[in-house]
Amino acid sequence: MAPDRGHYKIFLGMAAGVGKTYRMLQEGHVELDNGRDVVVGLLETHARAETAALAEGLELLPRRRVSYRDQQLEEMDLPGILRRAPEVCLIDELAHTNVPGAEHVKRYEDIDDVLAAGIHVVSTVNVQHLESLNDRIAELTGVTVRETIPDHVLGHADEIVMIDVSPEALLDRLRAGKVYPAARIDAALNNFFRIENLAALREVALRQVAEEVEAKRIVTEHVGTRNELFSEAAPQAVGERLMALVEPYPGAQRLVRRAWRSAQRLGSQLDVLWVQRPGQRLTVEQESSLAALRTLASVLGVNLLTEESDMLADTVARVATERGTTYILLGRSREPHGLARLRTPLPQQLMRRLPGVDVRIVADRALRHEPTP
Amino acid sequence: MTAALLLLAGLGLGLALGLAAPRLRSRPQPAARPTATRQILLPFTGTTLSRRALEAAMRLARVDDATLMPAFLATVPLHQSLESPLPKQCTIGMPLLEAIEQRAAAQHIPVDARVERGRSYRHALSRLLEQEQFDRVIISAGDDPRTGLSGDDLLWVIDHANAEVMILRPAPEDARVISASGVAGHF
Repeated sequence: MAPDRGHYKIFLGMAAGVGKTYRMLQEGHVELDNGRDVVVGLLETHARAETAALAEGLELLPRRRVSYRDQQLEEMDLPGILRRAPEVCLIDELAHTNVPGAEHVKRYEDIDDVLAAGIHVVSTVNVQHLESLNDRIAELTGVTVRETIPDHVLGHADEIVMIDVSPEALLDRLRAGKVYPAARIDAALNNFFRIENLAALREVALRQVAEEVEAKRIVTEHVGTRNELFSEAAPQAVGERLMALVEPYPGAQRLVRRAWRSAQRLGSQLDVLWVQRPGQRLTVEQESSLAALRTLASVLGVNLLTEESDMLADTVARVATERGTTYILLGRSREPHGLARLRTPLPQQLMRRLPGVDVRIVADRALRHEPTP
Repeated sequence: MTAALLLLAGLGLGLALGLAAPRLRSRPQPAARPTATRQILLPFTGTTLSRRALEAAMRLARVDDATLMPAFLATVPLHQSLESPLPKQCTIGMPLLEAIEQRAAAQHIPVDARVERGRSYRHALSRLLEQEQFDRVIISAGDDPRTGLSGDDLLWVIDHANAEVMILRPAPEDARVISASGVAGHF
């Protein structure tokens, strides 16, 4: 019988030096003091004396040597951990990319094997490694992080603990040589470790943890069991997820911009959906509007989805359910003519098909009548 | 009999013409304007746009029966992919696009906005000009070249844009600007 999956705890930080590894080791000591079998599967001290000192007293599994392009490199010994089969394994830096030839490309995949063997894992990661935040963080800080992990890695953790220090405190630690060796301090201060970068990263990290906490709460309330909790088919729960319904015409851009601003305020994801009729041929103007919509979606960082169907309300309802949409925005419909007047308007159809989902009709503010004094 | 039939046919024809006539009279006469849709490009880069430039663009759009195409130009640093999302810059550009669009829509001027990225503002503008045909380009030459298109960029536009280019020289009235605060209601 396969063992129960291990418990997965991640310490998340805004940057190197906030104390994630230190907290991971403290956690190891607490578990050890409670009589559990704890090993350190992988530790990166980055030559920090305090961190190395805290590792004393914990069993450190040796790394294995891997040959790559005539070089001997060191990697975490996944088979060694599985053979040793401790109760708790501490594995630092889950976003690390393994040397080619290892069992998996990324360390978080190694961790998945460890968890599957019923071993509890405590690990660490910085927020800039999250795939969905990568571009945003690159824009905020000017630094592109190459080692990224899919967001579901955090989503699958049982516990996420934010290790938070103020940017000022982190800079003090950096200047005191507690983060990097003396030779690297100036370069770090002039590049990544600027107060505005750290403040932005801290905000992103705090928001990320808040979203994860909310997502877990919602999924737990609605789904219940652990297997269902991590089932791929279960809708991804987030605080809010917006969807804007568009057609390729110039006014659609306003709708997308308004939806994007709402998504920004709510700190949520936005999908833009166009339901194209089967075989619909676009005019030159529509092609041009569609290209402009694509560019706008790409610049804003939102997903533009295209579905082919002549059942508009059904298709919107299906996509909204699949994507866990909580909020649908649509523009004002054209005046119906002829028999179309007898048809139930789209907003009502959506409200009937998607109970619990907000439907908002975005007005053209420019056409609003000013109140008479 | 034949005379009666002819009389009936004549009455029917008269009735049909009589019914149709009001419709024909009420149908709007075709305007003596260019039949092809004209497009006026109004590129901008910062948090504000000279009100004079926008008013000039709207005036021309009305006269030419043209579509106003305000375009937000964004720059992408070299270490990022040219197709990267730029949410931070969009927080500047999108409210201003909204303000422009609302102002134009209030005057019943059709608007079709654009957003374009480039390694520089000139690069973004050149990408835009490559992709679409514009009849006019209206640019406000600001006092401060650091905030938008430089003098060299303006010369480049004159050389490379396959359109009539109108550059508004800096003027004291440029202190009157359109900004995100001009957005009506929640945005």
